[in-house]
Amino acid sequence: MSTTLLQMRGIVKTFPGVRALDGVDLEVRTGEVHCLLGQNGAGKSTLIKVLAGAQRPDEGTIEWCGDKVSLRGPAAAMKLGIATIYQELDLVDGLSVAENIFLGHEPTTVGFARRTEMRGNARRLLERLGHGEIDPAQEVGELSSASKQLVSMARALSLDARLIVMDEPSAVLAHDEISGLFRVIEELTRQGIAIVYISHRLDEIREIGDRITVLKDGRTVAEDLPAASTATDRVVSLMTGRSMVSAFPERKSGSAPENQNELLRVADLSRTGEFEDISFTVRGGEIVGIAGLVGSGRSEILQTVYGARKPRTGEVELEGKRLPPGNVRAAVRAGMGLAPEERKSQALVPYESIAHNVSLAALGRYARLGWVNRPGEQAAAEEVTTALRLQPSDTKQPVRVLSGGNQQKAVVARWLLTDCRVLLLDEPTRGVDVGAKAEIYALVRELADSGVGVLLVSSEIPEVLGLSDRVLVLREGRIVRESPADEIDEAEVLDLFIEGSAA
Amino acid sequence: MTEQSQTDTVPASESRSATAEAPRTRIARGRFSDGNQRQILGLLAVLGILIAVGSFTTDNFFEVSNLVLLLSQASIIGVLSIGMTFVIISGGIDLSVGAIIALASVWATTGATQEFGLWGMLFTAVVVAGVCGLINGVLIAYGGLVSLIVTIAGLASYRGMATLISGGQPQVVRVDGFGAIATTEFLGIPLLVYMFATTVVLGWLLLNRTTFGRHVFAVGGNAEAARLAGIDVRRTRTIVFVLSGLCCAIAAIMLTARTATGASTHGNLYELDAIAAVILGGTLLSGGRGTLIGSILGVVVFTTVNNIFVLNNLSTPIQQIAKGVIIVIAVLLQRRANKESAG
Repeated sequence: MSTTLLQMRGIVKTFPGVRALDGVDLEVRTGEVHCLLGQNGAGKSTLIKVLAGAQRPDEGTIEWCGDKVSLRGPAAAMKLGIATIYQELDLVDGLSVAENIFLGHEPTTVGFARRTEMRGNARRLLERLGHGEIDPAQEVGELSSASKQLVSMARALSLDARLIVMDEPSAVLAHDEISGLFRVIEELTRQGIAIVYISHRLDEIREIGDRITVLKDGRTVAEDLPAASTATDRVVSLMTGRSMVSAFPERKSGSAPENQNELLRVADLSRTGEFEDISFTVRGGEIVGIAGLVGSGRSEILQTVYGARKPRTGEVELEGKRLPPGNVRAAVRAGMGLAPEERKSQALVPYESIAHNVSLAALGRYARLGWVNRPGEQAAAEEVTTALRLQPSDTKQPVRVLSGGNQQKAVVARWLLTDCRVLLLDEPTRGVDVGAKAEIYALVRELADSGVGVLLVSSEIPEVLGLSDRVLVLREGRIVRESPADEIDEAEVLDLFIEGSAA
Repeated sequence: MTEQSQTDTVPASESRSATAEAPRTRIARGRFSDGNQRQILGLLAVLGILIAVGSFTTDNFFEVSNLVLLLSQASIIGVLSIGMTFVIISGGIDLSVGAIIALASVWATTGATQEFGLWGMLFTAVVVAGVCGLINGVLIAYGGLVSLIVTIAGLASYRGMATLISGGQPQVVRVDGFGAIATTEFLGIPLLVYMFATTVVLGWLLLNRTTFGRHVFAVGGNAEAARLAGIDVRRTRTIVFVLSGLCCAIAAIMLTARTATGASTHGNLYELDAIAAVILGGTLLSGGRGTLIGSILGVVVFTTVNNIFVLNNLSTPIQQIAKGVIIVIAVLLQRRANKESAG
């Protein structure tokens, strides 16, 4: 379109055990909507953090308007004119719209905020976005997600942003609100502001985007693709890469899960605003995968089956026994285990050792009258972590030293100690590097072969298709398709996702 | 320490198998991580310095009578700090312990209670304090209230009840056996010190050797993870406050016996001394990490400072200032140690 605003070259960022960015190039021009595509774990969020100054790259150069810059911190990025609108909007619910817009840079006289001026300016910024109807005096907590997003954008404008990064802005919006968002984006680009737009929904990208950059495994695999005319096939194959397919273990032919007994039966499960009428079964030795976008209700279903959330209607049966709703302990006792999406915040106890984390759910088995048989516990934890080839092998180490893949192994090890019959896996390979992914896949298949029923949720479609025996496709809280995994392909799943959002 | 000895039983070949990650991960280990050990060593060093100061500045610091006095002075706050350690490791705080002591001591010494003799009084103290802890725990765990708020409310209302029952007057203990609790000695050491030591041992075993103790660490370290692992988080939280209440019962019995009165002014501000000792001992205020030994050392350090100041005839205000300075320095050191072990 016009001049280059931002030029990133060869950006590398490593975290312990993970090479999150491995040579990313990104060029953004003024007044364009630049779409950033990639699967989860491709490095999009790390790249955004680098752009926002929240993470410093290990290697690579960043040029802003032709000058080399280093983004030392969030303040430096803001000063240049880079604003980021995260998915979880970082607004203060208890403050007014105007106070949020000017948070940290309030117009002041000897320390007192000039409130009237602030409200006036806030109104002008909102009008610039075409949403003068939002009252600057209103408390942000009372606003809808769409309005909150507008407040975030107004905040970006108040900081004279010239580049606004939007991380899946449509994920929190209803269909009719998305067209409103697009009008705002068009308005902004007309004023010369560049947008980096991240979304999984290809139809949106066609509608609003100018150019596409595709990331995969921390690298830029394609640049300067025209958003409107690049074929979906090509984008999807760039995003996924076919090399991954080999990472999946072979399904045992002939083991015919149909012959196995039904372990888990879920009937008419519903939770208001999250999912409706979910029914399915999982047999022993079977891996059932749920494919769905962020916000489709996939994790919520898993948590409800597990009893961590209470359903409005429906029931869960394990080996023919009905589980009391909303009771995790009953589910665990009946033989269920969950490896949650957020390992750090939902599964691991940070100050405890690996052994103690592994034995957490099964501690009762290594105790008599509450007295822990510590050698027995230790031996069991070591046996199972050795079997899973967890590194480091010294289980006295605190669990926080583990890399993503090994954290996941520790969580799976926990449920192996309880002899769990049904294992629920929520994003089992998020934050896990490619090598360890294959190991986790093999482990899950091994578990299934030993008779465990596995219910898998993942936002990576190839993972769901490659690992599962049977696939449930979820859209907006409903199962829209159930199919054996080898009778459905990625394009079909993507179609099923997109159909709904285009309507 | 015992954890350490267990490490040695692991075959060296297995635990030291060469892995690419090994160098990076040799930072800290187990519950008795280097950070915790450093903490305890640091406290022992501080105690050593204090003892040196004590022996140089006074003539009678090392006299048996003084050391015995020191230990019996440490006993009451020491017992409280044990319950407090459980509460803080579980991620909570208990500000009501001083008030529970007052209520338990008053209720155990009313005319009516004293009719039932020694055992009736002991039973009353235990039940009253235990129920106060139970009320705290239920409100926090099942009512979903913040422990700070609930126990501030307890701090006010339990002491209020104590004043109401006693009419604001000290109640003299007339049962003979009760006073003996404070005066009995075995082998030259007061019964109070044995009571303290027994509580320490029981508390240590409960925290470090039982499933319940493990659950306390898990709940304080990551309550959501504990819940999703099938641990009854609410029950664990409730029991922790009941334990704190039971420690108050023991402290109330000790204090009532020593003063030979039950009074609604008993235990005033003891909660702050107990919390200070626990923090000084290296227990994280945010929960999930801490040691009972550290808390006990914390109590001993404070009591020794106290003792040295008294022996040197220094005023209480200076003593208070010194206490404040010790707390700040200890927490600063703690932060550094944590940063290092997190690096």
